[in-house]
Amino acid sequence: MSSTPPPSSQQAGGRFGLTEEQDDIARMVRAFADDEIAPHAIDWDEREHFPREVLVQAAGLGLGAIYTREEHGGSGMSRMDAALIFEALATGCPTVSAHLSIHNMATWMVDAFGSDELRARYIPRLAAMNLLGAYCLTEPGAGSDASSLQARATYDAAADEYVLSGVKQFISGAGAAGMYVVMARTGEPGSGPRGITAFVVDDGTPGLSFGKHERKMGWRAQPTAQLLLDDVRVPAANRLGDEGTGFRIAMAGLDGGRINIGACSLGGAQSALEKSVQYTREREQFGAPIAELQSVQFTLADMATDLEAARALLWRAAAALDAGHPSKTRLCAMAKRTATDLGFDIADRALQLHGGYGYLTEYGIEKLVRDLRVHRILEGTNEVMRLIVARDPLGTGA
Amino acid sequence: MKILVLVKEVPDAAVEKTIGADGRIDRSGEKTLNPSDTNALEAAVQLKEAGADVSEIVAVTVGPDSASRSLQGAVSRGADRSIHLSDAGLAGSDVVATGYALAELVKRENPELVLLGQQSDDAGCYAVGSVVGQFLGQPALSQVSKLELSGTTLTLERQAEYGYDTLEVTLPAVISVSDSANEPRYPSLKAIMGAKKKPVEKLDLAGAGIDAGKVGTAGSGVECKDFQAPAAKAAGTIITDEDTAATVEQIVAWLDSRKLV
Repeated sequence: MSSTPPPSSQQAGGRFGLTEEQDDIARMVRAFADDEIAPHAIDWDEREHFPREVLVQAAGLGLGAIYTREEHGGSGMSRMDAALIFEALATGCPTVSAHLSIHNMATWMVDAFGSDELRARYIPRLAAMNLLGAYCLTEPGAGSDASSLQARATYDAAADEYVLSGVKQFISGAGAAGMYVVMARTGEPGSGPRGITAFVVDDGTPGLSFGKHERKMGWRAQPTAQLLLDDVRVPAANRLGDEGTGFRIAMAGLDGGRINIGACSLGGAQSALEKSVQYTREREQFGAPIAELQSVQFTLADMATDLEAARALLWRAAAALDAGHPSKTRLCAMAKRTATDLGFDIADRALQLHGGYGYLTEYGIEKLVRDLRVHRILEGTNEVMRLIVARDPLGTGA
Repeated sequence: MKILVLVKEVPDAAVEKTIGADGRIDRSGEKTLNPSDTNALEAAVQLKEAGADVSEIVAVTVGPDSASRSLQGAVSRGADRSIHLSDAGLAGSDVVATGYALAELVKRENPELVLLGQQSDDAGCYAVGSVVGQFLGQPALSQVSKLELSGTTLTLERQAEYGYDTLEVTLPAVISVSDSANEPRYPSLKAIMGAKKKPVEKLDLAGAGIDAGKVGTAGSGVECKDFQAPAAKAAGTIITDEDTAATVEQIVAWLDSRKLV
């Protein structure tokens, strides 16, 4: 195993709220990322290969259901623990880590809002990751305005089933996942957020199909496609929570989802910083390593400082989420915006430090730039994050 | 049967090692469980999983209080409980003194099998296993890359210059495990979280019944005078392969000039 100390211990040394166990977890996951993910990340990206076998291996360590209760095989960890885990994994590949985070969010939704029967039926397989979970909120016409979604769910009382129809857009893991958490409208058209209900839909259900495999700038190691629902019959027992609570469930999931995706940006940025430190010490121009140039030193110093600042805010937001603090949604939005903007910017500066070599695939920097770019868009765009913060800029709850 | 695994906390491989004015390694930086010891722990767990009647795996360390972190790491990798000998009187112990202290701890537990990593990442003496075996009066075998247990007979493969030796040894014995023996697994989240809850016995020299005169600086025959870094190697020659025939010619000429072909 690699012995590179993980960023959380190297830079925080357990002095900023990390327990010994959290430090050990971050080290373990970093070693896993160094050995099992990082050496393959460029290849997976090039071949658009979804490394399912590595996800199953990660599940064996408890990473399939990190912040899910232990009763049905979850690991029972905190959001703070999860943030450390996703950051460490993302040093190997932000795409793989982000995909695991989406699976964890879907698994948590079943655990937090599903009936006991539903939890017992799904969580053991989700925790082992022989069943992968996906999350389906966005539609072609409902992005940032998510509560305007139009997918329909009509209750058929005779069969005690719901009949779902509609199109879900940008679904990570489409076709690879075994279960889809789908938000659909049970209320009248135009009923807004209160007319939305969440369902667990199994892959293979008649009427469920997928659009074409989307070609995209980054995140190529995982499949993205539309989810097409054509009179898909879902047992009422597969409803998450009550009718009309789906939007609240979707938003609750996204608080944690934003921490997770921010953590993935931190990991990618950490990797970009480490590669830049190594490269600038080795690359010689004008007769000396370029790391001896003050402009390069200042760039590295700013990258390191921005990364620490983003990490500090993300940890604070994760702690607020764990504590159920009234400001949690606001803090998660702040942390997501900061970590994903700065994470991308750090990767971009790393590319500049690498010069022409950074633009070549082989150095792994251009992949980080491509992968981290989408973090500023998904789980709520960074403009939506500002909307959330602007509702209560002072955090007084007023 | 009971298996004892001897483990050590060492400076992390990423930390540049320095030797202080007292002639000892500076251990103030980031520390970790000695990587080779993870192979010994994995070997113990694999013996248990292969159906050997293993009642208990006990991790044992001699080191300062801070070594409890690495001891927990050993527990998260499969030990059922741990023993930590820590005493200011141990500082400065050489290989023989450390081996003596470890052997005394082993005697208290009386296990059928003692496993340890074949070398430590810091001092790298490759000798502790042999010293422990000597003090216990038990067979000690190093460089072991394969272990199979049948009753009280352990069948081993050892790396040798010419290939492998296959040996049989009747327990009890002390086995230094090679890093080619296995691929240590990652500890799971549950194992990491559970490690602190497993029993740990903390001992000082008096509590362990260890003769303070045989350990520490006073009990060590080795006195470190000075250390020198090895001379830097001359830079190598890089041949860029542009024309394979010419490249081969260059390599042959290089070997020929050194009378290697």
